[in-house]
Amino acid sequence: MLVNTNGSFCNNFSVFLMDLTSEGFKFVLSLDSYGGVDKGWLIKRDESTDEKFGYFPPLRPLSQRLNYGVIVIDKPPGPSSHEVVSWIKTMLGVHKAGHGGTLEPTTS
Amino acid sequence: MAGRGHPRVSGVLPVTLGFGTKAVGMLMLADKEYVAIMQLHGEVSESRLNDVLKEFTGEIYQRPPVRASVKRVLRVKKIYGIQMLEFRYPYALIVVSCEHGTYVRKLIHDIGEVLGVGAHMRELRRTKTGPFREDDNLVTMHELSEALYNYRELGDDSQLMRCILPIEYAVSHIPKVIISDGAVDALAHGADLAVPGIVKLHNNIRKGEKVAILTLKGELVALGKSLMTSEEIKDSDKGYAVKNLRVVMQAGTYPKRWGKYK
Repeated sequence: MLVNTNGSFCNNFSVFLMDLTSEGFKFVLSLDSYGGVDKGWLIKRDESTDEKFGYFPPLRPLSQRLNYGVIVIDKPPGPSSHEVVSWIKTMLGVHKAGHGGTLEPTTS
Repeated sequence: MAGRGHPRVSGVLPVTLGFGTKAVGMLMLADKEYVAIMQLHGEVSESRLNDVLKEFTGEIYQRPPVRASVKRVLRVKKIYGIQMLEFRYPYALIVVSCEHGTYVRKLIHDIGEVLGVGAHMRELRRTKTGPFREDDNLVTMHELSEALYNYRELGDDSQLMRCILPIEYAVSHIPKVIISDGAVDALAHGADLAVPGIVKLHNNIRKGEKVAILTLKGELVALGKSLMTSEEIKDSDKGYAVKNLRVVMQAGTYPKRWGKYK
């Protein structure tokens, strides 16, 4: 296990072996295709990122994922969106959670 | 939780976790797609129903239902498309693709009025919320609970990791701006984004458009509103390019290097 200067753990050697700047951009391009954005890119300048800070999103450890993550739930009929969110909060022990638009806008 | 009266709704519900919750507005404001069962109160032909569905495509006026979470004034909502999948009197299975905030229950009621026979929504399933689709990455409550069991009891986090997507997916459908490491912490403290901090950006960003501000690694830092077009940003070397609307990344993740974008 490696410790980076952030004091956080990095259990994946590959982070240090790959070019995070180009992998980061490849990840952003994959987001574009996931979200259906087909605009091209303008490059202002060439710059690279320091692996010491933050996380390459696909390799975020679980503790980070619980803070910077989204679960796309298949809400079952029955409970309200609010109930589902509050169950997930309790289940995962996260301090905060929210949902992307209630499925039953007429109920409070 | 008073007045829970509509249990027959299911489908795509993105649940954001921790700091990621600050990005949830982008999903709320995103377009939605639903599959609904419409129950007709009187006989109509399939072709007549198809004609009326066509009339409800485009901009429609909608008064929110009596029990609504918004003010009951006439609102204009965009319906991108309504298609009938199946018709078996008195039921019609329809797909509605619409702007956020459209009341599908009310839409179906109004379709019934125009048909002259009346109709109500029998069942509703959301098949799309912004970038998230029913056929991709959907996690049931059972799967989540099983993944959690495997992690807590068996020490295997692989299933749980698959359930939780990086928050960046929640902004995958909007234009993006990538910034230098040196600009990240100022943004995380709420500062607006100046031109020198920008490394890459999408083409054709309009003034006033919502954008996602990302690090070079692809991490979401903040959500903003563009103050310049992509072309203007490309051609200038100073000035504020994006107004900071919502910070997602915790301050201190990247080092402080305010005012100096190296």
